[in-house]
Amino acid sequence: MPIKVDNITYIYMKGTPFESKALDKVSLDIEDGEFIGLIGHTGSGKSTLVQHINGLLKPTSGKIYIDGVDITGKDVNLKAIRQKVGLVFQYPEHQLFEETIYKDVAFGPKNLEFDENTIDSRVRKALKMVGLDYEESKIKSPFDLSGGQRRRVAIAGVLAMDPKVLILDEPTAGLDPKGRDSILSEIKLLHDKYGKTIILVSHSMEDVAKLVDRIIVMNEGKCVLTGTPREVFKEADTLINIGLGIPQVTMLARKLRQKGINIRDDVLTVQEAKREIIKYLRGKKHD
Amino acid sequence: MQKMIETIDLTFKYKNEDGKEDLCALNKINLTINKGEFVAIIGPNGSGKSTLAKHMNALLLPSSGKMFVKGMDTAKEENLWNIRQSAGMVFQNPDNQIVATIVEEDVAFGPENLGIPPKEIRKRVDDCLKAVNMEEFKKNAPHLLSGGQKQRVAIAGILAMKPECIILDEPTAMLDPSGRREVIDTIKKLNREEGITIVLITHYMEEAVDADRVIVMENGNIVLSGTPKEVFQRVKELKNIGLDVPQMTELAYELRKEGIDVAADTLTIDEMVVQLCQ
Repeated sequence: MPIKVDNITYIYMKGTPFESKALDKVSLDIEDGEFIGLIGHTGSGKSTLVQHINGLLKPTSGKIYIDGVDITGKDVNLKAIRQKVGLVFQYPEHQLFEETIYKDVAFGPKNLEFDENTIDSRVRKALKMVGLDYEESKIKSPFDLSGGQRRRVAIAGVLAMDPKVLILDEPTAGLDPKGRDSILSEIKLLHDKYGKTIILVSHSMEDVAKLVDRIIVMNEGKCVLTGTPREVFKEADTLINIGLGIPQVTMLARKLRQKGINIRDDVLTVQEAKREIIKYLRGKKHD
Repeated sequence: MQKMIETIDLTFKYKNEDGKEDLCALNKINLTINKGEFVAIIGPNGSGKSTLAKHMNALLLPSSGKMFVKGMDTAKEENLWNIRQSAGMVFQNPDNQIVATIVEEDVAFGPENLGIPPKEIRKRVDDCLKAVNMEEFKKNAPHLLSGGQKQRVAIAGILAMKPECIILDEPTAMLDPSGRREVIDTIKKLNREEGITIVLITHYMEEAVDADRVIVMENGNIVLSGTPKEVFQRVKELKNIGLDVPQMTELAYELRKEGIDVAADTLTIDEMVVQLCQ
């Protein structure tokens, strides 16, 4: 289910003194099964963009096609779009409300008026995807869980709609390092094992570098860079200029090169940096 | 050295859902924080960090043991006002801490409640907004500010009460990288220039690197304590608890495993560059 964003512009509070352009002629394509990292500092237009992709906002001008269907048209069935494109907001656990985990996850499919069996299998599957226990979900309240677990329930609620595309807005905000790593590895599993197209909005360059196939960088409402993590993080100057960082190890490689040490400038992880440094040091010994 | 915060066998228990079993959130904590120190507390969720912080300005009282703030026992009710004035607290979500509709009015809220004369309040508000670098926004509405700006307004609001110690419970968790930098730079400046004691609870190891001392908590106990260099080189122990170490420390650890001679307590990119360029 490819997504095509064609030259969209969005203006907030048009015609008021607070008028501001949140998106400025953005065009991009997302293919089936891609794992996208969307980065940019606050106010760059990331959230506005993802809200367009699931039909929560309509562009002031331009078109968005999902599966070939223009979702900016007048008679479009937005309910169907939102089933295909699931959006997990920041701090999604604040939206939990039901008595039990099961009921909360079942809320979406129930509203689609599926029969009991379908609802049950949807819930079972969604809980499994995020690593929560089915039996326990029927008796336990989501409010008795830890922050990380509650977030899983909220994500399962979106997964129960069986979306093809899952957009997650800062899914690790406020979690401790362990909680962060386990949520991220589950998101990776949703992509690798369950074949979902993932759009991950993140502030952490280290996380994005490790996980995604392709990065899209937003700044002042424009899409300024796109490419694989290696391609994007090579553009360190551009990223630093727009107030974003690069992973610490990438910065290290850059600084070493400035000192005349010949190592690759596109290292992304600690393991890669280790390999490169060892290669350099051993090479030096032989000289 | 004057003690700002001192705990003696501080224990805190809370009851679980059915009100029977006691769960121990803090287990006989002994900790002294001196005046002017910058201490970072790290630990996984549920390790007792926030519970400890809440004892430091008497939002929670010990089940047993003692908590002293500037020598005042928090369990004595007559000390409450003085304790809260000495030790101010900043929380995670700036939206929950801002009460007024204009920035300068929000900062004035604390001193107004202390019954400070208007002229003095005016001066404090201006000084404090300046200290957090927000003076140009004093007439703005807080809800139109960025997260980092809002959090700095919240810090100014605490500063206006002239505390000697500020306790910050994950003040950057909801902020983006530039907002996080703004807040951390502000905290460091207050510590360095105004001599305010800082207790910073955080999940970001990079923020703890700048502290004088790092305290690691797990299951209601203090398991490690020392300078950032001393604490972060214990890579394996920290990872076992479920914590991270700064990326450069992890790289140093990995290189050392291969027999390469870099210091185990390398914390920053520049330190690593210097060692590799020798």
